[in-house]
Amino acid sequence: MTIPTPYIGTSIKRLEDRRLLTGAGRYIDDVKLPDMAVMAIYRSPYAHARINGIDLAAAKAIPGVIDAFCAADIETDLPAIPLRLAPFDGFERFLQRPIARDKVRYVGEPVAVVIAPDRYTAEDALDLIEVDFEPMTAVTTVDQAAAGETLVHEDAGENMGTSYRVGRGDADRAFTEAPYTRRERFTTNRHSAVPMETRGLIAEFDPDRPLLRLHGATKVNFFNRRHLAAAFGLPEDAVELIETDVGGGFGARGELYPEDYLVPIASRRVQRPVKWIEDRRENLTATNHSRDIVCDLEVASTEDGRILAMRATVQGDMGAYIRTNGGVVASKAAQFLPGPYRVPSFSCEVQFLITNKTPVGTFRGPGRFEANFCRERMLDMVAADLKIDPAELRFRNLMEPAELPYRIGELVPGDVNATFDRGNYSSAFKRLLDQVGYADWKDRQGEIVNRRAYGLGIACFIESSAAGPPETARIIVSADGSIEIRTGASSVGQGTETGLAQICADYLETDINLIAVLHGSTTLVPTGGGTFHSRNTVMAGNAVRMAAETLRSQCIELAALRWNTDSAGLAYQNGAVHRRDDPGTKLSIAELAIFAESRDGEELASDAAFDNEGKLSYSYGAHAALVAIDVATGVIEVEKYVLTEEIGRALNPAMVQGQAVGGLVQGLGGTLLDHMVYDDDGQLLTGSFADYLLPTSTELPDITAIALEQSPSEFNPMGFKGAGEGGIVAVAAAVGNAVVHALKDHNVQINDLPITPDRLRAALRAAGA
Amino acid sequence: MTADRRLTLHVNGITHSCEVEPRMTLADCLREKLDLTGTHLGCEHGVCGACTVIVDGAAVRSCLMFAVQARDSMITTVEGLAASDTLSDLQQAFHDHFALQCGFCTPGFLTTAEAFLSENPSPTRGEVQSAISGNICRCTGYVPIIDAIVDTAKRRLESGK
Ligand code: FES
Ligand code: FES
Repeated sequence: MTIPTPYIGTSIKRLEDRRLLTGAGRYIDDVKLPDMAVMAIYRSPYAHARINGIDLAAAKAIPGVIDAFCAADIETDLPAIPLRLAPFDGFERFLQRPIARDKVRYVGEPVAVVIAPDRYTAEDALDLIEVDFEPMTAVTTVDQAAAGETLVHEDAGENMGTSYRVGRGDADRAFTEAPYTRRERFTTNRHSAVPMETRGLIAEFDPDRPLLRLHGATKVNFFNRRHLAAAFGLPEDAVELIETDVGGGFGARGELYPEDYLVPIASRRVQRPVKWIEDRRENLTATNHSRDIVCDLEVASTEDGRILAMRATVQGDMGAYIRTNGGVVASKAAQFLPGPYRVPSFSCEVQFLITNKTPVGTFRGPGRFEANFCRERMLDMVAADLKIDPAELRFRNLMEPAELPYRIGELVPGDVNATFDRGNYSSAFKRLLDQVGYADWKDRQGEIVNRRAYGLGIACFIESSAAGPPETARIIVSADGSIEIRTGASSVGQGTETGLAQICADYLETDINLIAVLHGSTTLVPTGGGTFHSRNTVMAGNAVRMAAETLRSQCIELAALRWNTDSAGLAYQNGAVHRRDDPGTKLSIAELAIFAESRDGEELASDAAFDNEGKLSYSYGAHAALVAIDVATGVIEVEKYVLTEEIGRALNPAMVQGQAVGGLVQGLGGTLLDHMVYDDDGQLLTGSFADYLLPTSTELPDITAIALEQSPSEFNPMGFKGAGEGGIVAVAAAVGNAVVHALKDHNVQINDLPITPDRLRAALRAAGA
Repeated sequence: MTADRRLTLHVNGITHSCEVEPRMTLADCLREKLDLTGTHLGCEHGVCGACTVIVDGAAVRSCLMFAVQARDSMITTVEGLAASDTLSDLQQAFHDHFALQCGFCTPGFLTTAEAFLSENPSPTRGEVQSAISGNICRCTGYVPIIDAIVDTAKRRLESGK
């Protein structure tokens, strides 16, 4: 057998593809269990209303309907959905219960549930549910929330979820003394992950056994299991979370949502498996939104553009409740505002405001996308004010390798040790400028070709990865030589199986086709960390490496037993152990698995957990966008896009490329299209794909994504850094800057997202164009 | 509700018989009655293309068609694009170009592309882009999907298929 090692670093074709290409994938809606019923959820049509009564009688009377229930029918008091990340003091007053009791606080909040044999019947029944709502004034902006005239949660006495101030140095003093300052307000548009597969769950709840099995789980299954077990008064090992194929996560899927409680309750009530599949309208109101911040940013610098300080107020519109992601979005926006630059003094007030909208959670690059937009737009304004080339201004301020590692200070409360690891930011930026031909472009900004104005925008970023608990892996070798990897990490469609198999194949020196990867489900391994913050390759990858290394030594020990010899005389190579003095005498891992089995039924298996002890790796790089704008119509075309990203080491370059390009196109949507628009009554106006616009294949620039591998991470032996988010985080920043350069003759500024033709036309009209 | 109708459907060369409510969509019928779950539902209102199947040679959104309307038609779903245990050249090209990540949108792209290529066997890249502009993918950024379709068209022309 010739083995095409090393696999690591090569673009191995994905192991997942075959089943997905032939329609044989198993997503949650493809799972059918015997005697399974289906549930549908009656959701609030009001943004803010008291519930005076709920009448389920007519719904229950529909032939076939098995059951219907609302909060009053649930005997036990359900706990609130827990905070997983950024659980700041004060948030505990705004947690969500799985089903509304006295009041609804956003359009889409669950109010009642119907269970029927099929979805057609369940939805017929939904139409007959009568709820006596008493509508109240809706709070739809952060200013209105801050004013506090209408309270979303009366008991809290305010709409301020919490607020805090972070910083380093003495920003106020720097501002007093600085020769140049500027202040701007930026807003980033509320939008969402919108994976192509909506959420869905199937619960099998047998209270007598007891067993709660929840299919369709993903992302952070072990955390979710712990909380679901507590919620239903079950021991943890009586709760099983099962992962199926997943049609995209991007941060939003796999958090605990109301439905993670309601589907089990439904199953417990009717004592049969119950399935719930979110429809798209539900998805747009029920799954976490993100990105909704207002940032007042000030910068102080010397006359030659050296940054002295930044001051900011970041206000996050949290929607109606604080969900599992706590304060991640606004807190990370604040933390990443200074970016990869030397900002000696920084001060930021962060406020989390509660409104009558869908609750907020993470979406790929949470807080980073927002922070980069605000800061990079501001830097271009500074460059223009001070008449310095924007690239030159950035070079003057980017931290140099000699300044790294750099402790950024406690910019998120409690995160005292955050430290940018080694890197060379200027070099990644320079690579970008060379690739995009910046030297040619910088004097051509605003050039008109075929009645369209051209502009090139640039932006730099830094981005953390691999936070959170340790990750686990178990490798099992079978008698037929097949190898199974089990991990607590999830796959949300990004190629986890392939990546982990590559590592395992290299470290065991075997054919990758012998390897199968099972992931996510709580039944596979005793514990696990999960999948978020671009951590799979770093965390699960290193766990697999460790398990493989252990397995190699185990193989040598087993062979020593088998041959009754000293293990020092044996070596492991190419999936087998041989005698150093007689390389022809070998025991393959399959033979060793059989031997292990023959000795009191042992499995040839090894376990490992990788812990990076909270030391994050930072990816960094830069983006450049070339745009062409039709001044008469405001239509923006992004013609060309280049990005560089230092990722330490590429496990599978084609998959890394896929992450970068996919992230970038998602980012173009977030910059130009995606927008959850609410009216003053808190009604979502973009509740279908006809209104909520996503990028399609005709809007693509010519893309060059360059993964750099110059600066391997010091915090894991394989040198990986996260590669899942660098493609998206600076898109609004680069495109925003490009638009401003293209329209420089009209002095249009871009401070708000999304950048749409009508907004651009309004700005151009105001400028007399 | 109106009574169930007995319905005969020709899918992937096999004739199926089932009972459906007149209001049941073709997508639900394929998925729920015939257990052909490769056809996915991404929006159920005709925008995302995930549910696309080939009906009498044309790409059709099965979430917008009633099952009873497909009576007597020849339907191909993703499960019927290649003989079992093999990949069609287009599926292979998707694999080679990393044109899928989560794979949820993939059946709809494959069926859309097959119907398109049978109408236009020598498309330009721009024609491919507009042919799939009614299908949404959230993972790949479309570039590798376009590459895979262009590549397949080229190979088919070269081999005279
Ligand atoms: S599910 Fe049919 S077009 Fe989206
Ligand atoms: S591959 Fe995930 S939506 Fe296209």
